[in-house]
Amino acid sequence: MQYLRQAWTIAAKDLRSELRTKEALNASLSFALVILLLFSFAFDPTAEMTREISGGLLWLVFAFAGALLLNRSFARELENDCLDVLVTSPVPASALFLGKTLANWVLLLGIEMVCLPVFGVFYNVDWARQPLWLALVLLLATWGITVIGTMFSALTVNLRLRELMLPMLVYPMLIPCLMAAMQLTTALVAGQAPAGDQLAWLRMLVGFDIIFTALSVALVETVLIG
Amino acid sequence: MREKILYGLGAIAALLLARNIWVMLTGLPDEAFQGAIFRIIFFHVPAAFTCFLCFFVSLIASISYLKTGRMQWDSLAVSATEVGLAFGAANLISGMIWARIIWGIWWTWDWRLTSMLVCWLLYAGYLVLRRAVEEPAQRARLSAVLSILSFTVVPFVFFSIKWFRTQHPQPVLYGEGRMEAGYRAMLYGNWLPLLLIAVILVAVRMQQEKRLRELDALRREAHAF
Repeated sequence: MQYLRQAWTIAAKDLRSELRTKEALNASLSFALVILLLFSFAFDPTAEMTREISGGLLWLVFAFAGALLLNRSFARELENDCLDVLVTSPVPASALFLGKTLANWVLLLGIEMVCLPVFGVFYNVDWARQPLWLALVLLLATWGITVIGTMFSALTVNLRLRELMLPMLVYPMLIPCLMAAMQLTTALVAGQAPAGDQLAWLRMLVGFDIIFTALSVALVETVLIG
Repeated sequence: MREKILYGLGAIAALLLARNIWVMLTGLPDEAFQGAIFRIIFFHVPAAFTCFLCFFVSLIASISYLKTGRMQWDSLAVSATEVGLAFGAANLISGMIWARIIWGIWWTWDWRLTSMLVCWLLYAGYLVLRRAVEEPAQRARLSAVLSILSFTVVPFVFFSIKWFRTQHPQPVLYGEGRMEAGYRAMLYGNWLPLLLIAVILVAVRMQQEKRLRELDALRREAHAF
C-alpha cells in the first residue's frame, strides 16, 4: 500500500512539474503535429490510402513524440542533483520508476488524444468507429512505450549523447509492441473489431507489457543505484 | 601456453573446415529442389546457433557480473556479444545470398528475417552504449542490464518459424521437414569448427579486455601522481 502511495507521489510530482513548465509537453506535441504534417508529403493522402497505413502513421508519430517526452523524464532530475536526492530518499527505486512511468503514460496519452482528432481532420478519416477497442490498444501500447522508454531514460541519464542514445536503444526494443499496435489500429480505424489474428496481436501486446514491466521493475534498482 | 592452446584449436578448426568443405563439395549429392546452393545451410544454421549461444553466454555473464561485480564477467559479456554479432552477420548475409538465388530477392519482411535483424540491431546498440559510458564499473553495470533486456528477443527469433506462418524454411533438424541423416551429420559436423572459432575469438577478445583494464589502471595511477 505504502509502495503504491510512494509511486503515486512521484507520478503526481512529475505531472505537476510538467504541467507547470510544459517544457517536454510543448516540444513533444508540436513535434508530433509536424510529423503528422510531413506524412502528407510522403504519400498521396486519399481516404483509401490513409486508412491502409493509418496504424503505422499514428504509432510512428506517437513513438517519436514519446522519445522526446521520455528523454526529459530522468534528465529533468539532473538539475540541482534532484536525482541523487530521489535515489537516496526512502522511496524504493522501483516505486520511483513506476511513478515516472505512470506520469509519462498519462502525458503521452494526452498527446495522443490531441493527435488523433488532428489526424482525423487532416486526413479525412473517421477514426472513432471502434472507440472502446481503440482505447484499449492505446492504453496497452502506450504503456509498452513508456515502460521501455522510462527504463532506458534511467539507463542513459548520465551518458554523453543522451538524446541520441535513447531513441537508438528504444526503437528496436519497441518493435514488437509497435508492430502489434500498428496492425490493430489499422484494422480498428477501418471499423473492424479484432478477431482471429488480431486477437493474437492483442495477446502479444499484453505479453509485451507484462514481460517488460516485470523485467524493468526487477532491474531498475541496479541501473539507478548499482 | 595459453597462446599455444589457441593456435592449436585454430589449427583443428581450420582442418575440420577444410575437410567439411571437401566432403560438402564432393561427397554430398545436390538437394533435389534447390541444387548446389543448398550447401549454404551448413554455414547458415550453425552460424545462427553460434550467434544465439554467444548471446546466451553474454546473458549469463551479465547476470554473473551484477551478482558478483567481477570485471572478468563484463569482459566475457562484451567479448561474447561481439563474436555473436559477427556470427549473426554471417547468418544474415548467407541467408540473403541463398534468398537471392532461391526466392529471387535479397530480403523479405518475413517474421524470421525481421526478428533476426531486430536482434542484431539490439546487440549492436549494446556496443554503442558501451562506447558512450566512460567509467568502467558504470559501463559494466548498464550494459549488463541492456544485455539482459535484449536477450528477450532471442527466443522470439528462434521460435518465430514455429509460431507464425513464414516464408523462411521450416526447421530442418526436427519435425516434418527433417533432413536426411547425412545432411544432418554435416550440419552438426560443421557447427563444431564454427564453435571452435567462436571460442578462440572470445578468448582473444577477453585477453584484449584484460590488457585494456590493466592499461586503464596504469593510466589512472599515472594521473594520480
